[in-house]
Amino acid sequence: MVNSPISRRHGPCPLRRKYAAGITPVHALNFLPPILDRLNDAAKRKVLALQDYFILAWNALRFIFARPFYGGDLVQQMDAIGVQSLGIVLLTGFFTGMVLALQSAVQLQTFGASMYMGRLVSASMIRELGPVLAGLMVAGRVGSGIAAQLGSMKVTEQIDALNTLGTDPIKKLVTPRVLAALIMLPVLTIINDCVGIVGGNLIAQFYLDVPSSLYWRTVWEQVASDGFVLRFIPNDFVQGLSKPFVFGGLISITACYFGLNTTGGTEGVGISTTRTVVTSSILILVLDYFLTQILLSVLVAP
Amino acid sequence: MNDRDRNAPSGPPSEADDDQQSTAVSDAAELRDRRADDVVRRKRQDSVRSAIKTELSEDEADAEPRPRAEDPGALEGAVIELERVYLAFDRPILEDVSFAAFPGETLVIVGESGTGKSTTLKLILRLLQPDSGRVYVNGKDIAGLSFTEALAVRQGMGMVFQSAALFDSMTVFENVAYPLREHTDLDEDAIEARVREKLAFVDLEPDEVMEKLPAELSGGMKKRVGIARGMANNAQIMLYDEPTSGLDPLTTATITRLIMKLQRELNVTSVVVSHDIRSAFRMGTHIALLAERCIRFFGTPEEMTGSDDRYIRDFLGGF
Repeated sequence: MVNSPISRRHGPCPLRRKYAAGITPVHALNFLPPILDRLNDAAKRKVLALQDYFILAWNALRFIFARPFYGGDLVQQMDAIGVQSLGIVLLTGFFTGMVLALQSAVQLQTFGASMYMGRLVSASMIRELGPVLAGLMVAGRVGSGIAAQLGSMKVTEQIDALNTLGTDPIKKLVTPRVLAALIMLPVLTIINDCVGIVGGNLIAQFYLDVPSSLYWRTVWEQVASDGFVLRFIPNDFVQGLSKPFVFGGLISITACYFGLNTTGGTEGVGISTTRTVVTSSILILVLDYFLTQILLSVLVAP
Repeated sequence: MNDRDRNAPSGPPSEADDDQQSTAVSDAAELRDRRADDVVRRKRQDSVRSAIKTELSEDEADAEPRPRAEDPGALEGAVIELERVYLAFDRPILEDVSFAAFPGETLVIVGESGTGKSTTLKLILRLLQPDSGRVYVNGKDIAGLSFTEALAVRQGMGMVFQSAALFDSMTVFENVAYPLREHTDLDEDAIEARVREKLAFVDLEPDEVMEKLPAELSGGMKKRVGIARGMANNAQIMLYDEPTSGLDPLTTATITRLIMKLQRELNVTSVVVSHDIRSAFRMGTHIALLAERCIRFFGTPEEMTGSDDRYIRDFLGGF
């Protein structure tokens, strides 16, 4: 084979050749003690993962405005994220509103303030419980689904197949999911809020004997009392709807990130799914605090 | 490109030879045992080689003449070329890998597991970038292309994955039609006609399989649908990653014939990664053996079977 004319097409192959000069060694800081070296590697991996996460988020959002538009995929994802999550959100919202009213009733009765039940339930649901609960439910149901779906596609080489067929997987798979979550999570939150307030109304009416008309009047008083943005949008609504918008992006991007970075077969898919739910849930709760801080400082009551 | 160093390898001694020399012992009993083992191994390798040669001669009898490579010095006509490619992840994967495939050739890359065969395909597809070196497709260096530019280059290639990688949420028709819907302006009638044509080419009955989901297909059918999808855009370059792995001998033969048919009837240039040495020898116009992170052998199947290289003899003997 050595003298074959065809074999001249390939270069020499000396065994155990030193790796090409000029190529950056993988472990550039080998002089560090092993424990520091490992810490250094771990820190670099975390920073790199964070960078990849934000690059994915940026690309997913950027591609919303880039052709081609995958309208069919968007509608499909809106159905999967929104319509198919309706049942779980209705149940969660309804029972949360009832429990909230039930627990508050004892305290309010002590002070003779049962008539303020509507204010308490609506403020809690619209500002905090609605967005957070809807977010957690979607993270559990939809986030895990997205991670499992993309993870399976990754380990079965379907993502590579998309690439080889000349399709950008982020544009085809990530952007429709992110956009669908950005649209549908606020919608789910509104439904969650409404159902929760209705649940509170039931408890107020049948447990505390608060007339329904009074309950709904206090609900409106609460919504109107915190001021308006642009003169007609209640501050509570701005607060209650900006959060799910952020949570929607967070859940979908986190799920897509873990899904697309799945390795190791079916076990890897399970790990990605778990990581998605845990990370999304924690981030929702942490981010909720900071968002509340920001919104309270921005949306000043009159 | 002609001024590149393309001198033939000088044939450095393999690691196994070094080990044998360094561990030469004076113990007569051990030496006798070793010689006896060598004789047995040599006999086994000879029998495998003769079987492969017999099979080759049978194939030659009923096959059309294979297109031969152009003047080996004329790399300008190469469809795919890797030039002194280095790639490392957490360890070196490829070192100084160079080879070329010319129009209508089927280059089969063989080698032990983990030697970077599939990675080489990913380099050709520009799913990976080399740390250094160049990857040419149709004379264009694709290593420096942006992601978007690379997508355009990939549209001219078809890839068949080890697991077929069909989109499991789509039917067979939608899978094969996917590249047409994505990258052409064909209307639905034209797309259906093209899908039927490609399915028929891979010996599948369009009316029977078009509405099926990938989960309803056998392994061989999935591979054939994968080939149909890869060639839907009339790609002139086809890449195959382990196309016959996990298939029974009859289906393996079918897939091998299909790859040969693509080469003969459509003059498609193919790069096939395979562990199946018999299929490799049947379909390949050239064989590249990856070992120790670089190309240990490049030549025709006949040259490979006639090689005296110890490693190649061991490699062939393992089948």
